[in-house]
Amino acid sequence: MANVEQPVAHPSGASTISVLMPRAEGLVIPFAALLAGSLAFSLFLLLVGKSPVTFFGLVWMAGFSTAFSWQNTLSQVAPLLFAALCVALPARLGLVVIGGEGAIVLGGLAAGVAGTQATGWPPAAGLGFMALCAMALGVGWIASIGALRIKRGVNETIASLLMAYIAIALFNHLVEGPFRDPASLNKPSTLPLTEGLRIGEMPLISAHWGVLVGILACIACWVLIERTTLGFAARIAGDNLRAAQVQGLPVGRLVVGFTALGGAFAGLAGFFEVAAVHGSANGSLIAGYGYTGILVAFLARHNPLAIIPVAILLGGFAASSGLIQRRMDLPDATILVFQGMIFVAILLSETVYGRFKIFTPAYWEVR
Amino acid sequence: MDPVDIGLWGVPLAILAGAIRVSTPFLFVSLGECLTERSGRINLGLEGTLIFGAMSGYAVAYETGSPFLGVGAAALAGVVFGLVHGWICKFKGVNDIAIGIALMLLGTGLAFFFGKPYIQPVAPKLPSISLGGWSDVPQVQSALQVNVLFLVGAILAVFLWWMFRSTRVGLVIRVVGDSTDAARAMGLNADRVRLLSTAAGGAFAGVAGAYLSLYYPGSWNEGISSGQGLMAVALVIFARWNPINCFWAALLFGGAGALGPALQSVGVTQGYYLFFAAPYVLTLGLLIATSSPERAMQGAPAELSITK
Repeated sequence: MANVEQPVAHPSGASTISVLMPRAEGLVIPFAALLAGSLAFSLFLLLVGKSPVTFFGLVWMAGFSTAFSWQNTLSQVAPLLFAALCVALPARLGLVVIGGEGAIVLGGLAAGVAGTQATGWPPAAGLGFMALCAMALGVGWIASIGALRIKRGVNETIASLLMAYIAIALFNHLVEGPFRDPASLNKPSTLPLTEGLRIGEMPLISAHWGVLVGILACIACWVLIERTTLGFAARIAGDNLRAAQVQGLPVGRLVVGFTALGGAFAGLAGFFEVAAVHGSANGSLIAGYGYTGILVAFLARHNPLAIIPVAILLGGFAASSGLIQRRMDLPDATILVFQGMIFVAILLSETVYGRFKIFTPAYWEVR
Repeated sequence: MDPVDIGLWGVPLAILAGAIRVSTPFLFVSLGECLTERSGRINLGLEGTLIFGAMSGYAVAYETGSPFLGVGAAALAGVVFGLVHGWICKFKGVNDIAIGIALMLLGTGLAFFFGKPYIQPVAPKLPSISLGGWSDVPQVQSALQVNVLFLVGAILAVFLWWMFRSTRVGLVIRVVGDSTDAARAMGLNADRVRLLSTAAGGAFAGVAGAYLSLYYPGSWNEGISSGQGLMAVALVIFARWNPINCFWAALLFGGAGALGPALQSVGVTQGYYLFFAAPYVLTLGLLIATSSPERAMQGAPAELSITK
């Protein structure tokens, strides 16, 4: 490269590569961790007498090889994008909020109930109303966790998980009681949405609009965190809460704001599940997207842009679960085990940051 | 014996009986978490350990015909999970809370993976001791059918309290939990103490799981745990890291968990799911009431990441 030949261009002797390599660290290490987790899982498969080659072949086939498999994968991606944002945004402030499942479920319920009120409205108004209700509930649910943390010092991890259990109990109570469609016998549901309030598929790609909205939300969050003063303040607060307070940053408002935003996205996940997939709020909403979203966010190292490819990857894993069960005679929890091993590997990889000289600018400076 | 009509007295009685029955897993997990947290680490993965303990305990009890071997296997599985957590946490830059979440997912996944064939078969149950022989009322007698593990848990609580207070081992754990630097100055290996404390804590959580699958509710299925492993973490905070308090707190939580079924038994079926949520609401309420933004929590080990 031309730049390498004239390293004195920068006072410290930095060249393009000495700028790029430290950034590469954040890409290489998660990839290596993903690989290590996959290797550990392959070993596990060998131990139970199954072929890892068949397994990964099926994941490729069912998740990524054809237009049909992409359709399956993308159908999982929208809720994962939103659920991961609900983890990643508070995480940038140093908060581990992992109860997004509760906000998804209640957001879906709010959307379903709002939809029954909006029958006969113009579709745009009805859908907007449903989305607003879903987001409002998500905001209330997750922002209150942030507020409890700031006002009362309540541990947000435990509080958010407890609230997820409460949300699901509340959801079951409401769907089987006050909001139940009397015609839904075996599977208690809210009244089915009218045709105008259903969200269809995007042109060309056979995936619903939630995928696009989710991707746009990730990009917007990246801009917010990396390119605005608000995001800058949040990053400072996430690095060192005390320093941020000393600097006079509004830490409390940042925490509540970021948890609120995360909650809004979790609510949207529920909205799209109801309006685009299920057609009414019912038990299918409790699908564990909130928990897979935790893994997506951690794998992406809470970088909203990285969430997009990671969600597609994990969406593909989830989409291949059915085929793996049938072809390899493995239980449905196989994907859970795989996810768990990747999760442990990615967290373990946190310890190797800064240990490789190759990723430091100094290594590439002229010696 | 015919059931005697005891009317609404059935509700407090059922709550008491339920408290004893439902509290045992809370008791074991909270004692395990208490031990781990006293050494300065938090293990959120005990929920996964509990579920894996429930599965492995049930499977071994079914295969060998001995429920006690099942409990042993569950404890052993818990030790393995504890060792994994303790080992990973010793690396610099690794977040113990996040590792706990990962192990919760992994433990749950592994339990469902290996537990599939054991959903149908019936394993032998753990025996219980009858403490209600003095009463003529059959409801009282059945309420006082106390499981062996409940008594073991009660003894364990007193033992841990004594251990922390008056033994060398207890002192070592407390020093490590309060200051890594002080421990190092004393020549103690903080990582090893935490590793062993987490392993022992995992064993307790495994036993709690075995209680679920081998006694009450007494079967293995994928919905066996309703978050007891997680609530126990909050319970330890509420109990101020004191094993004796853990015992009382576990009874309280057990009572809250028994509220729904108790009301259902006298015909109150409205809002079943809401009563089902009572333990979570209680946990959250206590967590909010006992936390404080200004001062560090009283009795908290200073090295604990959630109180820093």
